[in-house]
Amino acid sequence: MASVELIEITKRFGHQTAVDSVSLRVEEGEFVSLLGGSGCGKTTTLRMIAGFESPTSGRLLIRGADVLGVPANRRGVGMVFQNYGLFPHMSAAQNIGFGLRVARRPAAEIAERVAEMLALIHLDELRDRFPHQMSGGQQQRVALARALAVRPSVLLLDEPLSALDAAIRVRLRTEIRSIQRKLGITAIYVTHDQEEALSISDRVVVMRAGRIEQAGAPAEIYNRPANGFVASFVGASNVLRVTVVDPACGKVSIDGQEISTAKPILKSVGEELHLTIRPESISLRNGTSSNNHLRGTLESVVFLGSVVRLVIRSGAMELIVDSFNDPQAGLPPLGSEVTVGFAPQACLLLP
Amino acid sequence: MSDPSGIHPRRVWSSLWLSVGALYFLLPLAATFLFSLHGRKGGLSFVAYAHVFADPQFSRTFLFSLEMAAATIAAGLVLMVPTALWVHLRLPRVRPLIEIFTLLPFVIPPIVLVFGLIRVYSRPPLILVSSPVLLVAGYVVLSFPYIYRTVDTGLRAVDLRVLTEAAQSLGARWLTTLFRVVLPSIKVALLSAAFLTFSVVVGELTLAVMLAWPAFGPYMALVGRDLAYEPAALAIISFLLTWGSLLLIQSFSRGLKGTTAGGVH
Repeated sequence: MASVELIEITKRFGHQTAVDSVSLRVEEGEFVSLLGGSGCGKTTTLRMIAGFESPTSGRLLIRGADVLGVPANRRGVGMVFQNYGLFPHMSAAQNIGFGLRVARRPAAEIAERVAEMLALIHLDELRDRFPHQMSGGQQQRVALARALAVRPSVLLLDEPLSALDAAIRVRLRTEIRSIQRKLGITAIYVTHDQEEALSISDRVVVMRAGRIEQAGAPAEIYNRPANGFVASFVGASNVLRVTVVDPACGKVSIDGQEISTAKPILKSVGEELHLTIRPESISLRNGTSSNNHLRGTLESVVFLGSVVRLVIRSGAMELIVDSFNDPQAGLPPLGSEVTVGFAPQACLLLP
Repeated sequence: MSDPSGIHPRRVWSSLWLSVGALYFLLPLAATFLFSLHGRKGGLSFVAYAHVFADPQFSRTFLFSLEMAAATIAAGLVLMVPTALWVHLRLPRVRPLIEIFTLLPFVIPPIVLVFGLIRVYSRPPLILVSSPVLLVAGYVVLSFPYIYRTVDTGLRAVDLRVLTEAAQSLGARWLTTLFRVVLPSIKVALLSAAFLTFSVVVGELTLAVMLAWPAFGPYMALVGRDLAYEPAALAIISFLLTWGSLLLIQSFSRGLKGTTAGGVH
């Protein structure tokens, strides 16, 4: 039985369709991220699962039971918000115990569970602090503990890290993932940050304009994007317009330079299509004969620390090349002619 | 405040303006206070204050106004807190409209309001002119801007939507959410609203006079007409009462850090 199942869920606000016939099955214990830009429908989808919005049409099942019409407070769904949403007049411990007090659990059980949750988020010493006495990262951990204390069937997280500093963001996402694994709880995580989604999820669902563009394991999304949008949204990517030269041998040309894609192409000669290559699959001054080669002018160099990003142009073609920063090897001067190489297998033709 | 070197020109100017402003407010007050001490010929004394407190009308009218203030606060909060909540959560579009409404009691003079009330409620189906209910209803209208705006500011400061959704996702029903999450987190705003209403009602004259109630406002006016030093004493007393309420708000907000009307983040 799936933990959460969306069947052709649609949500319209007036004339605007926020979520357009989305179907998704999330298995028990799975960590799924909804990834997309603003207005793609990811948050609306999450809020429908939580019960804060009701779909215009479609079905929504939690552990096999249809929950449409069931109010948010009886869905057994835990929610973590971007702005923490801690109750300002309650201490950390009182915040965590709130759901249990509402459910009228015995005092001893509440105390035990609160202590357990505080230990889980490593904040035992902050149990009596009020929200305004805690940092953003600490508040969000308390909010996570509060959502988990009632043992929900699903944990929903709505951009929980976007209000935090970069360093805390990375640490906390690792912590969220390890807590989720430890408890074996199903989690649905909304984010616009592709690195975040790729690093913590079992499965990433890329959304655009209310629809699912692709759903799959992080490596699959990254290495085999279903279309140009996914390719360019998830990680940097070169999406190039090419013309078919020899379909049987998988040969195409770009800006007059011929390259091989290693696979036969189901198009005829002269047709145009899109091809994508990840910047890290291309290397500078790699001249072995089995590789594809492209020539162009070195237009700019961006230093990113461990990686150096080069932009190479030839006519209408703009190629991004990422190479590891090697302090020993110098870079060619700007404006010089360079040749780059990449394996035919690195080319992915988009439908 | 004062700079011992006294060189910084900006400092000098700001303290000068501050002193001028303070004098503008404090001089009349000091003069009134001094005047109120002249009740006995040939020396300063608190005899005018003694007269005020000895007058049974003082305590009677003050207690009456206190009761009316309590009733107004209760009715006003019961009416306006749910309204403000509803507007915040469900009808954010009508907020500008309500804000215009909150200005109406400033635009329409109380005398117009009270004649309207008398006209409507002195004939069937509802005859209320001789009931204190009508006075309280009028006071609720007068205190509407103070209560609504204070509660509204309090709600804005706490991110109401997220708080209520968090409470609901933890299993709380609407009433539980209201009493255990929303109201406690805007406690200071509610207190401010109550104290503001208190000071509006206790000093109010027009409604009480026109509806013929023995309230504190008409009593002050009466004393002011008939006596010399006692009105000054009365003015100082009501001033202290108002400042007392403001200090109470202050001390409450200090005691409840993180839940203040202004919000601490």
